[in-house]
Amino acid sequence: MKSLNNIIKKEIKELLTPATIIPIVVMAFIFGSIGTSMEGIQEELEEKPVIGYIVQDTGDLVTLAVSIIDNRSEVVFNSTNINDKSIGLEQIGENDGMALIVITQNFSKNIHNNKMGEIEVYWIMKGAGIMDSISSETVEQLIGSINYEISKSLIEENSTINATIALNPSNKIDTTYFKGKEFNRLSPGIIIGLLSTQSFLFPIVMMMIIIVAGSMVISSMAMEKENKTLETLLTLPVKRTSIVTGKIVASAVVGLIFAIIYMVGMSRYFSGLNFSVQELNLADFGLALTSDDFVLMGISLFVALISALALCMLLGTLAKNYKSAQTLTFPITMLALVPMFFTMFADFDTLPLALKALVFAIPFSHPMMAARALIFNDYLLVVSGIIYVTVFAIVTISIVVWVFKTDKLLTGSIRLKKFADLRKHYRSR
Amino acid sequence: MHTVEVNNLVKDYGAIQAIKGISFNIDQGEIFGLIGPNGAGKTTALRVISTLLQITSGSVKVLEYDVKKNPEEVRKLISYLPEDAGAYKNLTGRAYLTFIANFFTYKNTKEMIEKGITIADLEDRIDDKVDTYSKGMKRRLLVGRALMTDPRLAILDEPTSGLDVINAQEIRKIIKDITRAGTTVLLSSHNMLEVEYLCDRIALISDGIIVERGRPKQLMEKYNASNIEEVFTKVVQ
Ligand SMILES: Nc1ncnc2c1ncn2[C@@H]1O[C@H](COP(=O)(O)OP(=O)(O)OP(=O)(O)O)[C@@H](O)[C@H]1O
Ligand SMILES: [Mg+2]
Repeated sequence: MKSLNNIIKKEIKELLTPATIIPIVVMAFIFGSIGTSMEGIQEELEEKPVIGYIVQDTGDLVTLAVSIIDNRSEVVFNSTNINDKSIGLEQIGENDGMALIVITQNFSKNIHNNKMGEIEVYWIMKGAGIMDSISSETVEQLIGSINYEISKSLIEENSTINATIALNPSNKIDTTYFKGKEFNRLSPGIIIGLLSTQSFLFPIVMMMIIIVAGSMVISSMAMEKENKTLETLLTLPVKRTSIVTGKIVASAVVGLIFAIIYMVGMSRYFSGLNFSVQELNLADFGLALTSDDFVLMGISLFVALISALALCMLLGTLAKNYKSAQTLTFPITMLALVPMFFTMFADFDTLPLALKALVFAIPFSHPMMAARALIFNDYLLVVSGIIYVTVFAIVTISIVVWVFKTDKLLTGSIRLKKFADLRKHYRSR
Repeated sequence: MHTVEVNNLVKDYGAIQAIKGISFNIDQGEIFGLIGPNGAGKTTALRVISTLLQITSGSVKVLEYDVKKNPEEVRKLISYLPEDAGAYKNLTGRAYLTFIANFFTYKNTKEMIEKGITIADLEDRIDDKVDTYSKGMKRRLLVGRALMTDPRLAILDEPTSGLDVINAQEIRKIIKDITRAGTTVLLSSHNMLEVEYLCDRIALISDGIIVERGRPKQLMEKYNASNIEEVFTKVVQ
């Protein structure tokens, strides 16, 4: 019993170090804040959508429709003149609204004559993240309930309308304005679905590569120290820059091989999920990546990977053994997850300034955002990102080489001399 | 010109002063031994000369190059065997020697590898993974690695530690042999027999200071001792 206690005590002491506790605390904090933002989504879903409408018809069913709209949304524009469409869109845009609903002439009459009534929806789409699809969903729900209430009243009235029309009396016709383009017969939801490869696949793959390749570099450094091979390596006639570059390039190559494997696997997974309307093709809407775009994406991925690995080398120099290497991958994991979530949830353009700065500053964001940005020809973001990440990589590599040139790598004394003096001072008292 | 010239060398690890100003010279073809109790600063001194640690003050020269100013040139001249070195676990002994030899592109790598294999003397186990070696086998491989490069200066930190009597004797013979070919050796050891047998000159280091130095014979006479172990205890106490 005593020896069992002894072992338990020693194990707990070894397991409960700041190095193991801090990541868990941070993790808890992050999940907490994700929860809070989920609440935000919930609230957004409950919030009334901001819209405008133009109603040309005055029939009974239209009155019903209008009362539903008034009830369930915040109307910032209304008119009865179809020529007010552009003024309306402008006003809605200014009010941060998302759609102009147009109910055309003869809406009621058509339905009573066994024809579907048409509801035109002009969408003002701001971004292609999950948040944007959630907010467009509230308008979709509104249109859905108009359809439902009309159907209900038709059935209650026992009208002579045929069953098909009575069950589904209205037809929605979408037009979406996004990034200066007009998409006919596409709702934001469908466009977001079409962009799912760009919005989900790339960020996830990028995140995985960074974590996998990054932890390889960190553990390679840790292994050199644990197996005591580093000292020998550092006395051989080989430049420090070569050692650093060699390790980075090797992991980058392996990382890129992984990228290709993931990419193939994940794209199968995504098409299996049937995320989007498969018959639709991005290229049909002028949303295709040119070969120049692919080159830019490749560069963006490459420089981000190099800077990730350089950052990992820097962390790896702190690793004393394999165990501490595990802990050190944590900051990299976080740095890869944060931009991944942001890219999935919202467009860079629609983020508040502080978040914009954060996302831009994390070098791994850039390849994640690149594909979506390039589809809409946002070259400024991509090119400035590449420049920033390249500078980041160069600076980080220089720091790593500097650490290699000092003896911090072997003595592990990153702590300052002053601090050590202070400790000595207190110990001697 | 001396092969090694150490002048007033001081090395601090943060607040700990491991070496407190030592000076010595080593001439070509000599075997020079640093001996002293645990924690005296032997490994620290060897690591400074091997370009691994930064000099706090003083200077170290290897042949015509200053360790501080020209570490890359010094690395071409030396070979360092750390006291508790390891080899890459999932390489075979031969692959490890090849990996190291490939850094010496300006020398004959094939010959170098053969020499390493001969010194390591692991027979057909040389093609097994390092992971499967015993402590002594690993040490032999590392000694082979350190000496195969024909360095101008071999810095060996406890070269025979972990080796049995027979193996240790063999390694000592190899060390003696390479000095005949012009290599200079700087070693540290806790084995006083080894020191007596191998070293032309020794320096006794204690608490970061050289407290005694000379030829083993001279020192034994001076302290009226029958072996170096006695000298060691007399000086250190
Ligand atoms: N990385 C380090 N950080 C702080 N102090 C260190 C470090 N390495 C060595 N020291 C200290 O420097 C002093 C000299 O150590 P060194 O390893 O040079 O001794 P040594 O003579 O080789 O001993 P041994 O015979 O046990 O191998 C010791 O007090 C040791 O605690
Ligand atoms: Mg030592």
